[in-house]
Amino acid sequence: MSTLALRVGGMSWRVRPRALAVSLTGLVVLALLMALSMRLGELRMSLADVVAGTFDADSPAHFVIMELRLPRALTGALVGAALALSGAIIQSIARNPLASPEILGVTTGASVTVVAGVVASGSVYGGTSGLLATLGIPALALLGGLIGAAVVYGLAWRRGLDGYRLVLVGIGVAAVFTNIKFWLLTVGDVNDTGRAMVWISGSLNGRGWEHVTPTALALVVLVPLTLLGTRSLDALRFGDDTIAALGVRTNVARALMILAAVLLAAVATASAGPIAFVALSSPQIALRLTRSAQPPLLCSAVVGAVLTSAADLIARTAFSPLELPVGIVTAVLGAPYLIHLIWRSRK
Amino acid sequence: MRLKAAGVKLGYGERLVVDGLDLGIEAGTVTTIIGPNGCGKSTLLRALGRLLKPQGGEVLLDGKRIDRIPTREVAKILGVLPQAPTAPEGLTVADLVARGRHPHQTWYRHWSSDDEGAVASALDMTGLADLAERPLDELSGGQRQRAWISMALAQGTDLLLLDEPTTFLDLAHQVEVLELVRHLHRQAGRTVVMVLHDLNLAARYADRLVAMRAGKVIAAGTPHEVLTEELLREVFDLDAKVIEDPVAGTPLVVPIGPRSHSAAPPA
Repeated sequence: MSTLALRVGGMSWRVRPRALAVSLTGLVVLALLMALSMRLGELRMSLADVVAGTFDADSPAHFVIMELRLPRALTGALVGAALALSGAIIQSIARNPLASPEILGVTTGASVTVVAGVVASGSVYGGTSGLLATLGIPALALLGGLIGAAVVYGLAWRRGLDGYRLVLVGIGVAAVFTNIKFWLLTVGDVNDTGRAMVWISGSLNGRGWEHVTPTALALVVLVPLTLLGTRSLDALRFGDDTIAALGVRTNVARALMILAAVLLAAVATASAGPIAFVALSSPQIALRLTRSAQPPLLCSAVVGAVLTSAADLIARTAFSPLELPVGIVTAVLGAPYLIHLIWRSRK
Repeated sequence: MRLKAAGVKLGYGERLVVDGLDLGIEAGTVTTIIGPNGCGKSTLLRALGRLLKPQGGEVLLDGKRIDRIPTREVAKILGVLPQAPTAPEGLTVADLVARGRHPHQTWYRHWSSDDEGAVASALDMTGLADLAERPLDELSGGQRQRAWISMALAQGTDLLLLDEPTTFLDLAHQVEVLELVRHLHRQAGRTVVMVLHDLNLAARYADRLVAMRAGKVIAAGTPHEVLTEELLREVFDLDAKVIEDPVAGTPLVVPIGPRSHSAAPPA
């Protein structure tokens, strides 16, 4: 039996033991990766150093752990989870394993506003320090992401929302945004565009608590809301008449879930830039690990956190002292996976 | 009168398919809608099941306007099986049938023992209990159709609207599905409205036939009243003999050919 029922009083839930096992395993792996990323880096530490650095404010390791490595690792895990959850929702709604927040215009929209902001303001926003840099870029990214999503949604809406139409419109809008972004990069100052490029690639460099807190708060609000919508999401994978017959208000359910996906992706992009492939591949990996018919939400989030943490660990340490943007590593890992997926679906 | 269409105008966008139609469905009957392709019978069924909003007129469920009843409440009274429904890839029969419990569930009640019981009995009734864990895509056409009907049954409604439940099935499977419908009707007193293409099976399994052409009801009544040689000419442009079905005693249509004056001249 692939499903167990958990019943307490008048309440009941379905539990898939396999999904539970995958999620728990993922959390263990995530914990190991976090511990590892506390130890590794330009300054290598023993586990004892890490523990001392975490709890003892006078320890020499304290600054490195609490101000550099821990917030960065947490941002990575949270952003990965948010992107993966967003991807799982969008893939379910579009009934398409190749759908991701990019097709909703979120990441491409955010790239346009951030690049525009960096180019227009010169070094004011682009620098790695200062209040404007830490608040300005996330705010611009959030704004751009929401505008991008609104454009795609507005164009895709025609007496209701059709998953296929959404994907096609999304690809078109993404192409337009991407070209505006490139145009801005060509007219901008070389130094500014260089900084913008790092952001566009998706980077966790220099992420601090000011990135952890908003992302964590957004997840605390959005994840439970998303999980409440799980049943609607399961239903939305059926034909529209079938689900309408079951008493689901299809357009309302779809709009709410898309809104959740947009917010998750926008918050993640605001913190770390458009990290490639996490939203696309995590739900598909979770789907295969759990052998379920649709991307499992919580499991996808765990996989996304693991994937992003692992990628950032590689990005940070593999070519030390040079640090790669994490998005480069996820793209290098994700692209072959995408090809594999397309190749498999052709068979 | 359980379900009633009063002066409904139905269509998609600008195009009206049905322009002012009245139809009443009596409790505890099996009503079958027949008519040529494109006559609006599926459109009418979708409107009766509140899947299509009328552009004029109204649909009444137990005397109340169906669009004023919360859709989830409607889903506890009335089940609809759309034409050629699609399910996500890899879904198992049990998962599909469980989906029928959706209107009875809430965020904190995902899987009550009522749900489990309803799904088990729906699977039993359609003879699919042994195939419950099989993916839907691995089933034969007849088994898959039975799985969809199971889903509608698990919904636990006493009104069922079935849009061409026998499409793509061979004759044996068509009879099997219709016997199931009859069983549901006789045993549990369910009210059923179906769209069917096969006139002889429609005559055999319906209490009441509704013949439509070009968005209008041409005739409604018992199969004997409706399935006449004149009506077949009028509704289907078909010259046919109607004899008595030697098995069921219902009218049996034996086609002769397209109505003579509208037939294309031989090349």
